[in-house]
Amino acid sequence: MLQFLFKRFLQAVVVMLIISLLSFSIKDKLGDPLREMTGMSVSVEEREKLREQMGLNDPFLVQYGRFLKGAVQGDLGTSYFHKLPAMTVILKKLPATLELTFAASLIIIFLSIPLGVFAAIKPKHWFSKVIMAVSVIGISVPVFLTALALIYIFSVKLGWMPSFGRGEVVHVFGYWKTNFLTTDGIMHIIMPAIALSSIMLPLFIRLVRAEMLEELSSEYVKFARAKGLSPMKVYFKHALKNTMLPVITVGGVQIGIMVAYTILTESVFQWPGMGFMFLEAVNRSDIPLIVAYIMFVGFLFVVVNTIVDLLYGFINPTVNLFGKSK
Amino acid sequence: MKKQLGFLGKTSALLLAASLLTFSANAKTLKLAYDADPVSLDIHEQLSGGMLQLSHMTHDPLVRWTKSFKFEPRLATKWERIDDSTVRFTLREGVKFHSGRTMTAADVKWTFDRLKSSPDFKAIFANFKELKVVDDKTIELITDGPYPLVMHTATYIFPMDSKFYEGKDENGKDKAEIVKAGASFASTHTSGTGPYTIESREQGVKVVFKRFKDHWDKDTAGNVDEIIMTPIKDNQTRVAALLSGDVDFIAPVAPNEFGQVESNSKVNLITMAGTRVITFQLNQERRKELKDVKVRQAIVYAINNAGIVKKIMRGFATTAGQMSPDGYLGYNKDLTPRFDLAKAKKLMSGSGFPDGFTLTMMAPNNRYVNDEKIAQAVAAMLSKINIKIDLKTMPKAQYWPEYDKRAADIMMIGWHSDTEDSANFYEFLAMTPNKESGMGAYNSGNYSNKFVDETTVKANKETDNAKRAEMLQAIEKQIYDDAGFVPLHWQNLAWAARKGVDAESIVNAMNFPYLGDLVIK
Repeated sequence: MLQFLFKRFLQAVVVMLIISLLSFSIKDKLGDPLREMTGMSVSVEEREKLREQMGLNDPFLVQYGRFLKGAVQGDLGTSYFHKLPAMTVILKKLPATLELTFAASLIIIFLSIPLGVFAAIKPKHWFSKVIMAVSVIGISVPVFLTALALIYIFSVKLGWMPSFGRGEVVHVFGYWKTNFLTTDGIMHIIMPAIALSSIMLPLFIRLVRAEMLEELSSEYVKFARAKGLSPMKVYFKHALKNTMLPVITVGGVQIGIMVAYTILTESVFQWPGMGFMFLEAVNRSDIPLIVAYIMFVGFLFVVVNTIVDLLYGFINPTVNLFGKSK
Repeated sequence: MKKQLGFLGKTSALLLAASLLTFSANAKTLKLAYDADPVSLDIHEQLSGGMLQLSHMTHDPLVRWTKSFKFEPRLATKWERIDDSTVRFTLREGVKFHSGRTMTAADVKWTFDRLKSSPDFKAIFANFKELKVVDDKTIELITDGPYPLVMHTATYIFPMDSKFYEGKDENGKDKAEIVKAGASFASTHTSGTGPYTIESREQGVKVVFKRFKDHWDKDTAGNVDEIIMTPIKDNQTRVAALLSGDVDFIAPVAPNEFGQVESNSKVNLITMAGTRVITFQLNQERRKELKDVKVRQAIVYAINNAGIVKKIMRGFATTAGQMSPDGYLGYNKDLTPRFDLAKAKKLMSGSGFPDGFTLTMMAPNNRYVNDEKIAQAVAAMLSKINIKIDLKTMPKAQYWPEYDKRAADIMMIGWHSDTEDSANFYEFLAMTPNKESGMGAYNSGNYSNKFVDETTVKANKETDNAKRAEMLQAIEKQIYDDAGFVPLHWQNLAWAARKGVDAESIVNAMNFPYLGDLVIK
């Protein structure tokens, strides 16, 4: 186990190094930060002076070396716009994104399993057909369109829902402020969470349905039915359990991807999370923040993958992660 | 669990108390949404629209612009020209800073000196020699020779509390230092004389302003006690937030959203002719074809800019034939837009290149209103006179480095005059590029005309308004005849507010709403 984690850690270090090198080498293509930091009428010389001061004229290797030296000590540079260490900015924005992803995951879990199972058990039922039809539409409508439609219907026309932002948040500890402890906060998170889940939900319904169908046609289910077990017991005690195995693995990876999808949702709802922060950083050529974000997301993926691998090993003992003979 | 309940209980009790308090004081709160929040609290850190909007909230200038481009006294009550290079200002008495100190002439001088050291603002003050303190309530602005724009420049002097920025912060850095990259005391603390103080600020999320109780202007009808400013980047979300009643006042409003705002009975749309001119520059250095005045004229005649205003801008712009908008000294009413395709074709066939040629064109796609669509339309229009355009559009972050390299034959640029004066257009866009003097810094077309160069310099030393107007209008005419650039339009400005918020009377063409004077019914 320890050996596995250590191997993963080494892999992570290599991945981070490659990501940092890649993001660093494209940074000059991301625009000129000085343009964003100075007014239009500021002269070229003034701009050059600032560039020199900030060390942006140094050779690539010098800049990269300086960056690595800082990175080893946990300093990924200072955001030009926020005027704070890039890591601090990201950690400040992280809770908003995680809460949004969490809320969206809840919606996905509590809708996809019952709907998927129903569509598998009663494939000919009219409701199953509706579920499958709607899920096709759901997959093909872009997130930002879903988001705008929600705002238009529920905020502008009906006036039921707040249109933007996080609303009233309660401070928990550190940088973590939560939406889940006030009614206002919960009202604010509902629409962004629905919009964010709209892409993944159809995928999961289909996945649950397909896996469930496969299980239902397997020998052990047929045998259990033949032996006279009640259908409910067969469906939920035996088939569903085995259905969940692949769903959990896919789910883990998808949650990582969902963090990336938050960019669109957050920018439409002005949700003050990491995704929106990243988009703004790109618009402003806030290079230290862009590089730090890319590295952080890379790190997140490595962590999520490791956890999923571990989980898989626990759920399915036939998978031999640690290379030990059992 | 018990602890949490206690915490929740406390919060709700506090909230209840707070709401009772607001009721008893009959306080008016304005919920404001702009597309971005201020970059910093240091008003000298960046010369941008957003920073000037903030300056008018937390600070007051010596004088400020009225809607009709006149000067209105603020912290200076009187001013008179003493001689060719000196204007004397009398300062308002009993003006308090947010720190409680009373403003003196020394604060104004300190502010002036700081402006002269700011990378962004020093250019505006380049013609000024010094600010002389005569006595506690009198100052003199002294220029290098006669300078006509002393009052224009005085709108940029927002006195800061010099004592507040004295000494070192906890990191041992000078509190007054202007830091563009990284944090500083001045970028997170502020003490001005303005109608609002900063209550709290979370970058990119919201800024809460509270009315300054000791503000000198007791005559204002303004009755807003609290402003909650939230940035909402997305155009559609910003409008939705207004229509759903989540915010009271928004800016800017994109032309595509006008219909939605206008058809709603609960909100008002306010539009106003702006002063930012959108143009294309024709690079005469890269292409010999563009050195030919007939070709340049043909290009100007071939572009239906009135059509662009009507179809692409949906009327949200004023068609331009020159750089200076109406109301500026240099505005020459004879220089009208000149779309005439037949004439363009004739000019083209009479030029040295009757068979046409191919040009490259670049434009940003997120800087000006509908910039990409405008560029595409212009490219299509030019194909009618056998000029094939190879167009490339890109986000502004990538566009400016390309612009600095003069990377295409035709480049788009929009310009707003920092001084609200015509000469600024010529200095940056029309004078011969010169590294030494810094003139023509945004003349990517390399347009060069001796009369324009000399007269602009002369006009900047002429303090007689009538004579100066004559000069500036002659320059405008010269550029027009030379077809030195392609004028498209002046972008309009748009705001929208909930009915009952009298935004109409506090907005202006400079786009810094005087929120201190805002009345909510």
